Amino acid sequence: MALKFPIFMDAQSTTPCDPRVVDAMLPYFTEKFGHPASRNHPFGWEAEAAVDVARQRLATLIGARDPKELVFTSGGTESINLALKGAAEMYREKGNHIVTTVIEQRAGLDVCKRLERQGFAVSYVPVDADGLVSVDAIRAAITDKTVLISVMFANNEIGTIQDIAAVGKLAKEKGILFHTDATQAVGKIPVDVEAMGIDLLSCTAHLMYGPKGVGALYVRRKGPRVRLAPMMDGGGHERGMRSGTLPVPLIVGFGKAAEIAGAEMGTEGERLAKLRDRLQDIILSSVDEAFLNGRADRRLPQNLNISFAYVEGESVLMGLNKETALSSGSACTSATLEPSYVIAALGASAELAHSSIRFSLHRFTTPEEVEYVGQRTVEVIKRLRDMSPLYELAKEGVDLKSIKWKAE
Amino acid sequence: MAYSDKVVDHYNNPRNVGSFGKDTPGVGTGLVGAPECGDVMKLQIKVNLETGVIEDAKFKTFGCGSAIASSSLATEWLKGKTVDEAAKIKNTDIVNELKLPPVKIHCSVLAEDAIKAALADYKEKQATTAVAAASK
Repeated sequence: MALKFPIFMDAQSTTPCDPRVVDAMLPYFTEKFGHPASRNHPFGWEAEAAVDVARQRLATLIGARDPKELVFTSGGTESINLALKGAAEMYREKGNHIVTTVIEQRAGLDVCKRLERQGFAVSYVPVDADGLVSVDAIRAAITDKTVLISVMFANNEIGTIQDIAAVGKLAKEKGILFHTDATQAVGKIPVDVEAMGIDLLSCTAHLMYGPKGVGALYVRRKGPRVRLAPMMDGGGHERGMRSGTLPVPLIVGFGKAAEIAGAEMGTEGERLAKLRDRLQDIILSSVDEAFLNGRADRRLPQNLNISFAYVEGESVLMGLNKETALSSGSACTSATLEPSYVIAALGASAELAHSSIRFSLHRFTTPEEVEYVGQRTVEVIKRLRDMSPLYELAKEGVDLKSIKWKAE
Repeated sequence: MAYSDKVVDHYNNPRNVGSFGKDTPGVGTGLVGAPECGDVMKLQIKVNLETGVIEDAKFKTFGCGSAIASSSLATEWLKGKTVDEAAKIKNTDIVNELKLPPVKIHCSVLAEDAIKAALADYKEKQATTAVAAASK
């Protein structure tokens, strides 16, 4: 098959809509345009029925007992905001302490920072060199004021999958609510809110081949019944937790995406893991001093994150980005690229690596694309290494840490 | 972010990548920046000891495309200049030539620092050689 450029390998930033999702959505823009809260005519009934189907499909995908436990939002960021702020405000009388991790995505960390300014105390639990958070560390961080534990399901940069069931068990044992940011996990790997003891779960459509602009928050209704202070006041939609007219076409697309993911997750995951392993093999077998980030046997099947010593992240992407869309978490601060706090959190060995590149594959990635991107990456790294004074020094046996660098 | 055509050209076809022996007579070496800041430049000049003219220049850079382009351009400009003329190259000249955006100005500053460091190293070596010759 001929390659089509540019190649998209940045599927943890967003995914293309599956054509089946688009087909399902289209009628809801035109002839089936009703408002699902219009209770008095067929347009409204039709829209409400479509939303119900989507809600059921998503509930099935994440193992929710009752579709009513799903609240539609505008996406992952809003879901996370509603979960953390809503729970913090609702349970403020009970306590003012939240336990989370240092590798949450920005939405999670930024909400916590705001809550800290509002008088909440937040413990940010570190991760090990593979990006895994220890349940014992979470246990140790819990105080009698803790009202919420928030741990991401799978990391957006390194793909590491946390032991969510163990965190859920701990939360139950302590009687503390448990939120997980599952934006990268839902639709990719099995998620079961019942089996895993999850009380609140954030997810989004656009990372699972659905449309941008719609997400959901799972809010447990039984054992315990979780209550949230709404962020959006208005018509009392979504059980009063999120007022606003539901974007029916987007929700229908989200539901269709959930249905497809549920049916195809197993075979798709296996296929992507094989392709990902091949890409990893091409690169690591040809490039020295390149290191896999994350835990090899506990990561999302489509994720590959590699640190390359002696070359800078932006220059690597510059060599590839005309033909391949990738993403970089640079371990350095070159004015435009923020250092990756996720890579930094992995500890000393990762800090030595000067660039980290994330390759994320998706439903439409082909073996030919994998071969091409792998070879091109090797070429670009080799070219930049030939140009790198650090690589030259290292090859001469100079310890880079022994040099007194004159920073600007 | 979009790079100027000149930055892309220098990135794709860097001029004068390489190294001279540090102790070769007439060679001055500048090593500036820091790995944790994301930029390190090594810039070397080779001066004709008779004429004081920079005959050749080489660089190796760890950094973004703009850092690579700034040092590549610097080596082009250095060739054929006398040591005194070379000292007059300013970072703003590099910014203008490469059309660097504000966030990349530090790359040009680093290139100017690298030129100055190479010139200083060359002068220091000349002084040491002169002292050594005088004491013979």
